[in-house]
Amino acid sequence: MSPIEPTVPAGTPLLDVVGLRKSFGSTEVLRSVDLSVSAGQVLAIIGPSGSGKTTALRCLNGLEVADGGTITIGRAPTVDFGVTPSKAQLASLRDQSAMVFQHYNLFPHKTAIENIIEGPLVVQRRPEAEVRAEALELLERVGLADKRDTYPFELSGGQQQRVGIVRALALRPRLLLFDEPTSALDPELVGDVLGLIKELALEGWTMVIVTHELQFAREVAHEVAFIDGGTVVERGRPDQLLREPQHERTRQFLRRLLHPF
Amino acid sequence: MDQSSWELFVASLRPLVVAAVTATIPLALISFAGGLALALVLALMRLSSRRWLSGVARAYISVVRGTPLLVQLFVIFYGLPSVGVVIPPWPSAILAFVINVGGYAAEIIRAAILSVPKGQWEAAYMVGMSRSVALRRIILPQAARVSVPPLSNTFISLVKDTSLASLILVTEMFREAQRIAAFSQEFMLLYIEAGLIYWLICLVLSSLQSALETRLDRYVAH
Repeated sequence: MSPIEPTVPAGTPLLDVVGLRKSFGSTEVLRSVDLSVSAGQVLAIIGPSGSGKTTALRCLNGLEVADGGTITIGRAPTVDFGVTPSKAQLASLRDQSAMVFQHYNLFPHKTAIENIIEGPLVVQRRPEAEVRAEALELLERVGLADKRDTYPFELSGGQQQRVGIVRALALRPRLLLFDEPTSALDPELVGDVLGLIKELALEGWTMVIVTHELQFAREVAHEVAFIDGGTVVERGRPDQLLREPQHERTRQFLRRLLHPF
Repeated sequence: MDQSSWELFVASLRPLVVAAVTATIPLALISFAGGLALALVLALMRLSSRRWLSGVARAYISVVRGTPLLVQLFVIFYGLPSVGVVIPPWPSAILAFVINVGGYAAEIIRAAILSVPKGQWEAAYMVGMSRSVALRRIILPQAARVSVPPLSNTFISLVKDTSLASLILVTEMFREAQRIAAFSQEFMLLYIEAGLIYWLICLVLSSLQSALETRLDRYVAH
């Protein structure tokens, strides 16, 4: 199994977001977003494009700096975005999570293994032998040990995304963030990546996944949040929310997703 | 070419090559290295969100690119002494070339940095890097690949422009050619010979450029 076990006992609150706000210029993308995830749980965020779900996820990793609200992750002190947070605050928040990107964003000038060890080695300053051994174990686990010295351009999309997931795991985060991890993949490669994410969920990783894959959300998530218009319209257990949504907007969205034409 | 011209050609080869090796090439190398360092600073200033910083860099680049190199050389070597600043020929030449290359290369480096996809910055931040570490380890190596061809152009221009230093008393290759030509009255011969040597140096540089491009291209699809 995973050489890096999730580090927080199940059940304790790991992510708590209250009243998150974010505007780009005069466009208000997040009006007030509340989210929470317990350790070992998986939260799937669904919603129409432009609803703010990706922005919300990016705020958790500090890739966007929210304009208001608070974020608490793991043991990092709560960051209140009502005042401009310091670099140190953002850094300590970012240390708690790792993100898997829609377009993988692997470093093209580094081989698969170099991509994985870059953060642990350069930022976390852990011993190279240890970091390499761990990276190899992880690569082996996702079936890519033979690709360790391969540059990203020589890998398929599915392989690149698996390296992207391993890169995130190698940072030893408390929280894994997935931004539409399979949206850029050819349909026949989606299954591999979703399978891997499901395995991680079963191992007890805490995750927030922005996704359009409803079937996957139903199987893997403990909770689904539907975001529209910059706010969480409703949230609940996946079977409930996806089968009997309470809000008209959720119903419309699901109908459109299930019957596109 | 008659016998005596050929003999002069051969006899001049040595002093010209010596001047190229001891003056032209080091002058170009030192100036280019200094110019690149300056250009990187200017490029980062241009990309800064602080408006005054990018404004200063923009003004600098505008002045440097908008005035002849010869004028810049003359201002430094013949102009500055009138305000009490006397700089010897070699440092004057290096200073002028650094200033000049800095202005041109800054725009190349800025464009190269901008050509790296935004997702690369994000991935670098995601793994915990600060802006400067991200720049050094992730962005600049990728920008380097894009900037090699235009920077090679700048370098090759610089090698030839070092001949202008002869006008501020630096004894580089062209000044050596002038000296031998004046002495032997074989102007055509000596200037063509000097031109050939410049060309040769640039041929070597072009092949170095190709080698460097191949090396930096190893991680992109063809």
